[in-house]
Amino acid sequence: MVRLIARRLVISVAVLWLVTLLVFVATLLLPGDPARAILGQQATPERIAALHAQLGLDAPVWERYLNWLGGVVTGDLGTSTASQGPVAELLGGRIAASLVLLVLAAVISTAAGLALGTWTALRRGRRADHAVSGASLVVAALPEFVIGVALVVLLSTTVFPLLPSVTLAPPGEPVWSRPSQLVLPVLTLVLVVAPYITRMMRATMSEVLDSGYVEMARLKGIPERLVITRHALPHAIGPVAQVIAIQLAWLAGGVVVVEFLFRYPGVGQALIDAVNNRDVEVVQAITLLIAAVYIVVNLLADIVGILTNPKLRSEVSR
Amino acid sequence: MTTQVAVRHALVVADLRVETVTGTPVLRGVSYEIAPGEVLALVGESGSGKTTAGLAALGHFRRGLVPAGGTVTACPRDGDPVPMLELDERQRRSLRGTTVAYIPQDPALSLNPALRVGRQIAEVLEAHGYGASGAERAARVAEVLTEVGLPGDEAYQRRYPHELSGGQQQRVGIAMAFACRPSVVVLDEPTTGLDVTTQTLVLRTVAQLTAEHGVAALYITHDLAVVASIADRVAVMLGGEIVEAGTAEEVLRRPQHTYTRELIDAVPDLDGGGEQARRAPEGSATPALAVRELSVAFGGSPVLRHVGLTVGEGECLLLLGESGSGKTTLSRCVAGLNDRYTGTVALDGRPLAASTRRRTAEELRAVQYVFQSPYSSLNPRRTIAQSVEVPLEMLTDLDRAQRRERVAATLERVRLDPALAGRLPDQLSGGERQRAAIARALVTTPRVLLCDEVTSALDVSVQATIIDLLCELREELGTAMLFVTHNIALARHIADRIAVLQGGEIVESGPVDEVLTDPAHPYTRELLANTPRM
Amino acid sequence: MSTQSTVFRRALALPQARIGLVLTAAVVLLAVLGPWLGPWLTGHETTAFAGKPFRPDGAAGTDGLGRDVFTRFLAGGATLLLYAALATALGVVLGTALGMVAGYSGGRLDSVIMRGNDVLLSFPQLVFALLAIAMLGPQGWLLVVVIGITHAPRVARVARQATVAVAGSDFIRAAQMYAMPRWRILLREVLPNITGPLMVELGLRLTYSIGYVASLSFLGLGVQPPAADWGLMINENRIALVVQPWGVLLPVLAIAVLTVGTNLITDSLASAAAGREKEVVA
Repeated sequence: MVRLIARRLVISVAVLWLVTLLVFVATLLLPGDPARAILGQQATPERIAALHAQLGLDAPVWERYLNWLGGVVTGDLGTSTASQGPVAELLGGRIAASLVLLVLAAVISTAAGLALGTWTALRRGRRADHAVSGASLVVAALPEFVIGVALVVLLSTTVFPLLPSVTLAPPGEPVWSRPSQLVLPVLTLVLVVAPYITRMMRATMSEVLDSGYVEMARLKGIPERLVITRHALPHAIGPVAQVIAIQLAWLAGGVVVVEFLFRYPGVGQALIDAVNNRDVEVVQAITLLIAAVYIVVNLLADIVGILTNPKLRSEVSR
Repeated sequence: MTTQVAVRHALVVADLRVETVTGTPVLRGVSYEIAPGEVLALVGESGSGKTTAGLAALGHFRRGLVPAGGTVTACPRDGDPVPMLELDERQRRSLRGTTVAYIPQDPALSLNPALRVGRQIAEVLEAHGYGASGAERAARVAEVLTEVGLPGDEAYQRRYPHELSGGQQQRVGIAMAFACRPSVVVLDEPTTGLDVTTQTLVLRTVAQLTAEHGVAALYITHDLAVVASIADRVAVMLGGEIVEAGTAEEVLRRPQHTYTRELIDAVPDLDGGGEQARRAPEGSATPALAVRELSVAFGGSPVLRHVGLTVGEGECLLLLGESGSGKTTLSRCVAGLNDRYTGTVALDGRPLAASTRRRTAEELRAVQYVFQSPYSSLNPRRTIAQSVEVPLEMLTDLDRAQRRERVAATLERVRLDPALAGRLPDQLSGGERQRAAIARALVTTPRVLLCDEVTSALDVSVQATIIDLLCELREELGTAMLFVTHNIALARHIADRIAVLQGGEIVESGPVDEVLTDPAHPYTRELLANTPRM
Repeated sequence: MSTQSTVFRRALALPQARIGLVLTAAVVLLAVLGPWLGPWLTGHETTAFAGKPFRPDGAAGTDGLGRDVFTRFLAGGATLLLYAALATALGVVLGTALGMVAGYSGGRLDSVIMRGNDVLLSFPQLVFALLAIAMLGPQGWLLVVVIGITHAPRVARVARQATVAVAGSDFIRAAQMYAMPRWRILLREVLPNITGPLMVELGLRLTYSIGYVASLSFLGLGVQPPAADWGLMINENRIALVVQPWGVLLPVLAIAVLTVGTNLITDSLASAAAGREKEVVA
């Protein structure tokens, strides 16, 4: 098992390395002179020359890649061309704000999804099951901004004007100092992700409930409560962990749209601004960051999968 | 107070009717009863409703099935008879495991893979409040494991199901069923998928436990040879009804119903067959197929070791081997489907390339393969005629009209209704599909036909017709055959010679009669001793 | 019964399929005919009320630039649908090809393709699209290509899994017995037997494509002004949500109905295909 986890770890590092390569190669796509593309047609030759020096554009490609990678590894993410400040500094506070959003949404949607999924799996074919399954099918289809706009109309501007529709924290004040402004962004993300987890949990649980060992447990005369907690649930956790991981990665994408919609001062909005400003180094840093988060989350899910599988677990003990 | 009946039955099922939720009848009034210490075999083929009838004894109906009348009465060891179907789910569950216990068909699927086996047995005891203390229950777990012939010690109890062999898993299943000393056990094909030697062990354990503890056993099976060795009484099911019942002696020796007679005739018997004129091995001529020094290893561990065999012109060699013996690997090497071997495979004295991709069209036409399961060997998206035509398309220069003609002739040869030619495989029965698969193999008029367990996915009565067909085809066409099987009882029905494969080595070979009457190798003797006879 | 037509027929028998078809058809008709229907219905172009911001003129009033909201709404679905359809087609074709080759060949080729997949899968689709747009700017073809490419590894995973399941079947071995060429085995033996999961994947990818194209336009990085486009309209009009709700509500509603419709169809296909698999097993 340790070898299996180590193998998985090595693969993750390899994938992460390939991701850095891809993120770097993307900058080579910049048409013409990257410095001109970044600064625009009106840029003075002096500024272009300065940017050349700053980006090290005169060096060969592989050297630029190694320099950039070395910087990333040591925490130097480069300089933002738009704000002229270090990228790391620009992102510091925003990472915390985005993490608050992500963690809240992840915890709430995972708990709700698992509970609803299990509950409906136990009521297969009944009215409650049809209602929840139908609702999750509809909500799962909606893009993030559609859910967000609908919530704004419903809870902020038009129907029930209860909550702020934009984040209004003054610079320097952490977003969580005014919890009410977190409600709509978090709720939007929860509604985006929870339906998938619910559906997956229901499907996995249904499959487990139809399995031979659950039928056998019932035929042994084990009370239903124990059949579910001891014989069914443990087998559903492993496969669902993978799905949750994929959904959390989805959150990392959805967070961009949601932050933009609610003007939330997080990484996602920084990414949109950077794309609009052609602030290449910031775009690189943020995409790399999000990819790294995804790789780590996926790695954790795989480890959960390995740990919950007795076949793999007992191989070490022998 | 209990009534003074001469024999108090442990289980009485009367006029039981079960249907699907949409109203299609599955059981049409099934009645049977079992006395303590008695084994009733419920015999039937797939779809006969035998498992439904067995599960009903526990008051359990699978999803989509509902009871539609009749009664199930179980009698606990110390207490009054209980009308099972009148109880609610909670009450039924308190009887399951204590009064009526169940032993499933496939232990690999029925044991919880994440729980240690000792835990799974102890759990039944806890659920039913067996014993006064944890220590007493722990003692019972150890005791019941010993009773089924497994080590009862702590280390063994701490194993997970996947750390046990199939036979051991099944015995854990039996221990679980007998743990609370039930008065009735329902065994649902408990030896399907086990080797004959393990099957004998399991059967012996069941017979011993039921006799010793006075347990009434309902033994569900499709295998009449097994019935002969374990049952006191037999009930034969067909289409949701019991068509014949009586003592094992009566039903097996003097069957009344035509279906029972058909079933009995269909069972291959070690001593049966023999009407084929067996050919003497021809020493002089070049064998049609010769395998020499063939070895295969998967990831360092050897699967086949220096295997050599020959199949003469028009001869049938039965290659006998249990699961894991390497018999399928061997036939795939011959077919060119597995090219990672050393040694040679020769056709008419000329060595063949290892992979089908490097064999000539003529060589490919000459060696054909019939697969184990007709459910997966035909492309579900192609009609039967299209599937049979593919080999001609790939390996011959015949034009479309000629191919069609050849396909029609071959389908006729395997006695397949021409009306089925335009159907898709899933509109055919298992036997019809296997005929189609045989037609596909014969359409190129091969010199050598490889048959890999071609009967084992089929019902008993269908197996017999496929064996008959293969015998007739051999007479008509003179095709040499390598018939791969785990069932030694088929030998006299089809083969001229036998080769016994154990652990990747041929341990014995010779003419059928010689090997069966005077086996030289202890493994062959063991197989023969453990093969149930009618 | 496992022919392709029975999967469709069984899917159609489900209520969600019928509702889904009606919803999808309604929005598709609206989007396709809208650009012509708009001026014909309202009798004027989008710019008819130029200089009259937030006025109740026309069916749904005017936006901040004095453009007729209803006419723009009718014209705003065509590009979205076109881009989404093209991106889906690209992703499904590319992903199916990669997944089938990986699943059937196994070994080193399989590892190389699947590791490549892992790299692409490390980016949320939208983030990968933003990376590309940051370098090359918001352009229609780029939207299609980048969304298609990010679908591909996800489709490939499904196609590979289905291929592996089929490739172990004896009928594939039978085809190998006749030395059938690999491409022909893939096209004639494997592909017809994995259409079930692929149809489901197609529906799922279409739903997501619509969402991504609309999201990118909403972020201001897809379809560019002054074009009429649903995603862009929501972006432009959301500041004035209180004064002119229709500019946001109409496109939001249309996108919602469309994605719910395609998702309902996908779900019915999934149920029908799953039902078939169960039959095969039983």
